[in-house]
Amino acid sequence: MIKTLLAQVKEYKTTSILAPIFIVLEVIMEVFIPLMMASIIDDGVEKGDMKHVVFMGGCMIGAALLALLFGVLAGKYAAYASSGVAKNLRGSMYKNIQDFSFSNIDKYSTAGLITRLTTDVTNVQNAYQMILRMFMRAPFMLICAMIMAFNINARISLIFVGAIIFLGIALAIIILKAYPVFTMVFKKYDHLNASVQENIGAIRVVKAYVREDYEVSKFKRACENVYHMFVKAEKLISLNMPIMQFAMYSCILLLSWLGAKMIVVGDLKTGELMSLFAYVINILMALMFIAMVFVMVTMARASAERIAEVINEKTDLMNSLNPIYEVKDGSITFENVDFSYHKDPNNCVLEKINVTIRAGETVGIIGGTGSAKSSLVQLIPRLYDVTAGQVKVGGIDVRDYDIETLRNEVAMVLQKNVLFSGTIKENLRWGNKEATDEEIIRACQLAQASEFIEKMPKGYDTYIEQGGSNVSGGQKQRLCIARALLKKPKILILDDSTSAVDTKTDTLIRRAFKEEIPNTTQIIIAQRISSIQEADKIIVLNEGKIEGIGSHEELMAKSHIYRDVYASQMKGVDEHETK
Amino acid sequence: MKPNKMPMGQGKRPKLENPGKTFKRLLSYVFKNYKWHSIIVIISIVISSLASVVGMLFMKNLIDDYIAPFLGNANPDFTSLLHVLVMMAGVYLVGVIATFAYNRIMIYVCQGTMKNMRDDLFTHMEKLPIKYFDTHAHGDIMSIYTNDIDTLRQMISQAMPQFFASIFTIISVFISMLILNIPLTFITLLMVFLMMQVTKKLAGQSGSYFMEQQQSLGTLNGYIEEMMEGQKVIKVFCHEEESMERFNALNEELFKSANNAHKFANILMPIMNNMGNLNYVVTAILGALLAIGGLGGFTLGGLASFLQLNKSFSQPIAQISQQFNAIVMALAGADRIFKLLDEQPEEDEGYVELVNVKIGSNGEWEESTMRTGNWAWKHYHKEDGTTTYQKVEGDVVFEHVDFGYNDEKMILHDIELYAKPGEKIAFVGATGAGKTTITNLINRFYAIQDGKIRYDGININKIKKSDLRRSLGIVLQDTHLFTGTVMENIRYGKLDATDEEVKEAARLANAEHFIKHLPEGYNTMLTGDGANLSQGQRQLLAIARAAVANPPVLILDEATSSIDTRTEKIVQEGMDRLMEGRTVFVIAHRLSTIKNADVIMVLDQGCIIERGNHEALIAKKGTYYQLYTGALEQA
Repeated sequence: MIKTLLAQVKEYKTTSILAPIFIVLEVIMEVFIPLMMASIIDDGVEKGDMKHVVFMGGCMIGAALLALLFGVLAGKYAAYASSGVAKNLRGSMYKNIQDFSFSNIDKYSTAGLITRLTTDVTNVQNAYQMILRMFMRAPFMLICAMIMAFNINARISLIFVGAIIFLGIALAIIILKAYPVFTMVFKKYDHLNASVQENIGAIRVVKAYVREDYEVSKFKRACENVYHMFVKAEKLISLNMPIMQFAMYSCILLLSWLGAKMIVVGDLKTGELMSLFAYVINILMALMFIAMVFVMVTMARASAERIAEVINEKTDLMNSLNPIYEVKDGSITFENVDFSYHKDPNNCVLEKINVTIRAGETVGIIGGTGSAKSSLVQLIPRLYDVTAGQVKVGGIDVRDYDIETLRNEVAMVLQKNVLFSGTIKENLRWGNKEATDEEIIRACQLAQASEFIEKMPKGYDTYIEQGGSNVSGGQKQRLCIARALLKKPKILILDDSTSAVDTKTDTLIRRAFKEEIPNTTQIIIAQRISSIQEADKIIVLNEGKIEGIGSHEELMAKSHIYRDVYASQMKGVDEHETK
Repeated sequence: MKPNKMPMGQGKRPKLENPGKTFKRLLSYVFKNYKWHSIIVIISIVISSLASVVGMLFMKNLIDDYIAPFLGNANPDFTSLLHVLVMMAGVYLVGVIATFAYNRIMIYVCQGTMKNMRDDLFTHMEKLPIKYFDTHAHGDIMSIYTNDIDTLRQMISQAMPQFFASIFTIISVFISMLILNIPLTFITLLMVFLMMQVTKKLAGQSGSYFMEQQQSLGTLNGYIEEMMEGQKVIKVFCHEEESMERFNALNEELFKSANNAHKFANILMPIMNNMGNLNYVVTAILGALLAIGGLGGFTLGGLASFLQLNKSFSQPIAQISQQFNAIVMALAGADRIFKLLDEQPEEDEGYVELVNVKIGSNGEWEESTMRTGNWAWKHYHKEDGTTTYQKVEGDVVFEHVDFGYNDEKMILHDIELYAKPGEKIAFVGATGAGKTTITNLINRFYAIQDGKIRYDGININKIKKSDLRRSLGIVLQDTHLFTGTVMENIRYGKLDATDEEVKEAARLANAEHFIKHLPEGYNTMLTGDGANLSQGQRQLLAIARAAVANPPVLILDEATSSIDTRTEKIVQEGMDRLMEGRTVFVIAHRLSTIKNADVIMVLDQGCIIERGNHEALIAKKGTYYQLYTGALEQA
């Protein structure tokens, strides 16, 4: 995991190294400053040597200016490096996600990918900056201050060793105890937020059933729970400050007592005692910082792991080594196809599929929910790879084509389709970047979308909001169809793409297809039998197996399921009419 | 058509309009519930700071009174030193205890305030009208609960106590310095003034970069969200490169603003520290001049103490300046929190209530707290103080109803509708014709602009909203399930339903078959809006949920759209049983499901253009005929 993340430092390596170096320089200055302060008092003021005061003062100003310079540079480089690494992490994840196959996408939820790209990156970025700035600083500060203290007086400095051991152990205990509680709290806290999200989404249900009070009391209970756990965790952490103060004050008292005796004897100077007081704070603060960095880094670890997982995910659909860049025609053949989403031959959603579709044919697919209709058609543009058998387009195995070539020739309108924010025209040009306005209008006419588009105040330049929230479901579906048509594909697949379109428009779309693009192979998945009744060939799927193939009339004669579906949709009519 | 949602990220980080007011409100919010806690915290902070100031003044005494006199003395008597050290130990101990006390109490104040705030937010949010949820992106509402509350927590737990402690330290150190030496104090003050000027400039710069960073973060996150949602479409259209291109541009932009924001935040501390050091040197030189000159009885110990104080004076200022960004961001968050809390809740002037009644032996009605199965509207007449009861029948009338999501654009025009008790009313029409909108008016999700809607002859504005909605069962177009077991999800319709009642409802909706196949049957946990179920199965649960509620009026909005036709046929029987004896409003695309409706309304662009039963409308050969035969062209 660390290796994966470090590989993302790339062009920010120099600054990532410079930042700690400057911090070390800054620390050295900071350590010298108390020494100079002591000298000002001991050698200057005490001896009445004004020259020395001014000289040392000058040195100290110089040191302070240097410390300032180093500090500013270190801060600048740390910001640059950590923001840069965050950029690289996001970029690498995003790039890899673009290479994901459908099954890779299925593995991660959309929400999960978003969290990884946003919150997780921010966590790692903060931790990285912390490491750059504190990882060297705190231990180095500790060591330097210790050396200085021992240099002044080794005997009295033993107090520091005792304080460090005491504080170190205390902090370690607190962290070890608090850390598991915190992990649990954050999990609970995530659940709480998830329930808020759920509630916002389902607000209409809540209101329709007048369950506001019920939801509020449910929420308050969960909230109370989170509160108690947070209090428990924070109670441990709240010991940090008093313990730190205790250690510091103890040191000061001990230093005063022993220091006074030594000064009187002449083993220590007044100014040196003052410097030792300053080092107490330096040393103990450094220790606190080390503890803090430790906590932050462990907290960011989970985020780092999630990011590394995405970066290391390998796409399971590779382009062919000698790809074919031309699809001859729109014929499709399934030969003994088995398919499992988990590549598990014993758990296939499709079994022993054998179908031959000639170029230019219109094929309807019908079947109950869960009969694997979508799975079947998704194999054609190679959105998934078959588990066994072969899918051929234009007589060649789909795995031998260049993926982009194949997908440009096999246009698919997904069941769960999405429009993007941008104008209608921009959305449609996804199908073909160079499409002329005439081509766009023609595609919309075929998809029966031109009428409503032209009624909009800005026509084809109307802005579509994110997710297409400002067009109705039926309008969205028609725009998606038009977008696919602009590819001018050899094969067009509609996966239940007109479910929100009224029957009349649905009929018009099919009629337009029949008349205007007769040479395109069309595969239509539908719930309504009327949508596919006139197809050249109808495939009836049942639980991943082909139950029957044939024309409407043939299936009426031989397929029990087909008759059933037909009856459920049509029979009511006859009853009514004979009544 | 739904009103437009605000695009993500836009208007998310507005400039703070009135930070002072927000800050005051926040303080009073914290104080309201934790008055004594807060007072004790402030007192503890004062004691703790006082202890450290006393400690610093002690340095003066240590050198001047307990060390200097013994210099060169062969047999010094350290008892007085021991005494003063024991006394100091006492002072320090009090300080440590005070520190412990305020850190500990602050947990309750901070976490408690967070809890209250979440409770208040959620309670208030539940009261807001549907319109609020239509006009605010759900992601934006969510970020109030997550980001804004989090930044607030940091501010209350860290920035605020530190702020108080710093202010107190500054004041007490200032006084101590004045006692020690007045001229040196003014020199220090001058330096501090300079420091504050620099802070102000840097912090202002950094603050605006932070705002910029939040802005570009919002834009990038919005883009990521959109692209991840559409990732499969991107694959199908081989649009990976284009999607990468825009991402890289936004990513670069975020990098720039993040770099700037952090840069300024990072360099603030070294600058403050070293300006503090410069301050120290200047004071030391001038102080040394004073001490050597012996002016005003200024001693060596005095200078030592003063220098220590000098350092303690600039430190809290540096600390406050470092907290500045946290405070600005937290106030922006608090602003959004208060904005939600100030949002106008759903209005309800209704007074007619829905109650259960017992019918006595001689036919008189008596209100009952039990579920009797007999529902009545309870009118309280203010004029004469009497109460009358009226049976709930399920008679719904629309009189010249006009409606629009805003006043400028009407969606529904002059809707006239009569639904007799027990009738089945169907709405037909293209998407966007206004079918769902009509049903949203019956339960008062939206208020109408003109006309009247009567329920059993009562204007629905006079019925308490909660009681009105309780009398209506709704199965919505988008099914939403809650985290919990299948049993709990169905029981949502009637919280006190027995297990048997729940199962009965599931059987009615024909959901029992698939529920029994779930790993733990009725006790199977559903998570993430029922992500482990198919769309059709979720709809079956939603129907069962409505069935268990057993309301006099039912609204079915595309309730079976995702159920395949074979299953639908089976569900239909259950639905028919469910609909028996109730007034039902049905919206369906599949005309076969609504053919047997008593009245079919054909809607087009917000107007009812045809009405009548199936036969009449077929005979009329109008729009319905076209829709219907279009579906059955070659049957």
